[in-house]
Amino acid sequence: MAAPCKPCIRAALLGAFAFTRGVLNSRVAVRTYASDSRDGEGMAHFGFQSVPEGEKAEKVYKVFESVAQKYDIMNDAMSLGVHRLWKDALLRIMNPLPGCRLLDVAGGTGDISFRFLEYVRNQQERLLRRTMRKHQTPTWHEIAASYTSQQATVLGGSRAVVCDINKEMLKVGRQRAKDLSYGTGLSWVVGDAEELPFEDDQFDIYSIAFGIRNVTHMDKALQEAHRVLKPGGRFLCLEFSHVSNPVLSRIYDAYSFQLIPVIGEVIAGDWNSYQYLVESIRRFPDQETFSHMMAEAGFFSVRFTNLTAGVVAVHSGFKL
Amino acid sequence: MSVTLLKFCLKCPLRSVIRVSMCAMCTAQGGPQEHLGWTTDSRYGPLYRGHIHTNPIQKALLAVGSGLAALQNPYRHDMVAVLGETTGHLALLRLRERMRADPEGSTVLQERPQIRHCTLDLPTLAALPDGSLGREYLRFLTANRVTPDSRAQVKFVDDEELAFVMLRYREVHDLLHTLLGMPTNMLGEVAVKCFEAVQTGLPMCILGAALGPLRLSASRRQLLLTCLGPWALRNGQRARCVLSIYYEHRWEQSLESLREELDIEPPPVTLSTTKKTAGH
Repeated sequence: MAAPCKPCIRAALLGAFAFTRGVLNSRVAVRTYASDSRDGEGMAHFGFQSVPEGEKAEKVYKVFESVAQKYDIMNDAMSLGVHRLWKDALLRIMNPLPGCRLLDVAGGTGDISFRFLEYVRNQQERLLRRTMRKHQTPTWHEIAASYTSQQATVLGGSRAVVCDINKEMLKVGRQRAKDLSYGTGLSWVVGDAEELPFEDDQFDIYSIAFGIRNVTHMDKALQEAHRVLKPGGRFLCLEFSHVSNPVLSRIYDAYSFQLIPVIGEVIAGDWNSYQYLVESIRRFPDQETFSHMMAEAGFFSVRFTNLTAGVVAVHSGFKL
Repeated sequence: MSVTLLKFCLKCPLRSVIRVSMCAMCTAQGGPQEHLGWTTDSRYGPLYRGHIHTNPIQKALLAVGSGLAALQNPYRHDMVAVLGETTGHLALLRLRERMRADPEGSTVLQERPQIRHCTLDLPTLAALPDGSLGREYLRFLTANRVTPDSRAQVKFVDDEELAFVMLRYREVHDLLHTLLGMPTNMLGEVAVKCFEAVQTGLPMCILGAALGPLRLSASRRQLLLTCLGPWALRNGQRARCVLSIYYEHRWEQSLESLREELDIEPPPVTLSTTKKTAGH
């Protein structure tokens, strides 16, 4: 085979040079994080762009409308399957007991809700087995009572409500629920995180996984979360966050900006949506700033846990 | 259209992998700064509508990824398009030179005509006599149920004129089907790809022509290898550059006279427009 031609060698060298330069130079460009997602008068940020506030919601809607079909495949491809571990970690931190009511905001394709139902089902089984072991010889009255009581049902009275502003994502979620045969205990509601269609003091747990950075007014979303939670209820947020380790941060930035849009183009045919994705991650406040925002909204005992060196963080707060 | 204000110059940190010049403010300050920059200036924004800046590594990854995706699912036209754009730089340069050397071609390059649904006058085309380019093209569009607007946008070509050449190539593709008398089923597409491979030299066409026959049934592959393939290759070799023709001025011209002018033989067999189901 003939030696590669000069332009090809040059292109290969340029490419290698550009890539290493990308790794060495990639730093998070936005050094100061706004306490909310507003830049100037009536402007919100859409990735690295600045758009009028009214437009951001529409643009985000269009992004998720176009990615809905390939959302789950892309999640697996981009995170190499690690997103499943992150969601499992969220559930372990959540540790729901049978009888809990979950509001899964920006739940879209239902990942968190499905895991919640599995978890509660397993907990309920363990609970029942333990009571069985204790009551080795139950009376007929006790057996009959157990048939009707809510505590003996498969889920123990737990319910998950999946709320998302985007109908396409909910459609994909409902189809998945059917395929995986999750029926009982699941509801699908179209709603805006800034203005939830629920009454006060309704839910035990409010979770928002990879959704809050897409909200135009994060403070409003936090206030709404505070409103719909019961006293003693827990707020949980799983979101991409700030990597403090400088070496890892550069590798992460290079991977995000070089590879993720390419994967988006090849698998989903949509470069721009995934460019928005990586830019919106950089725009999100870091762990401490978001904790302050939660405290301002009225949550107590605000804690965060870093997963994968800060690529993802779980924030937790209580309404007292 | 909303103007985008960035907090940093595009030359700065994250965008340094893109080979763009520094904006005036940064140059005045002597280096990349954090400041507001306008992206409506084409110096460091997209070169044309739909343009996405990519570095050579990203282009290589796109080429490999889109090639695999197109092999796995040939109906993903966007992947075929991306493969063509990312691998076709040298071929596009050669094509542009050929167009510039031809007087009609350089007119096309200057005037930038576009074959779109809105620019085509469909009633006039329908009124033309049978056998004319316009009438046959319209017949081809309706028989195969395709529209000139389903062309994928050019995204990864880093030169505005070459992007037009690529776009023109895509728009002329349908006209080639008409000129060569090939339908849009797999066999017809492979035949047209053979012709285009020789004419344009685009690696995507060469790959399509080489790997396309693998997806054909034995009988169709036989027909391709004995009859259609050699005919397409022979004509691709000797025909005038098909991108240089100003088709929009030649709707009334008859197909035979156009074929004679371009030095293309008429098709050796008439293929029907039937598409076999999966497993052709």
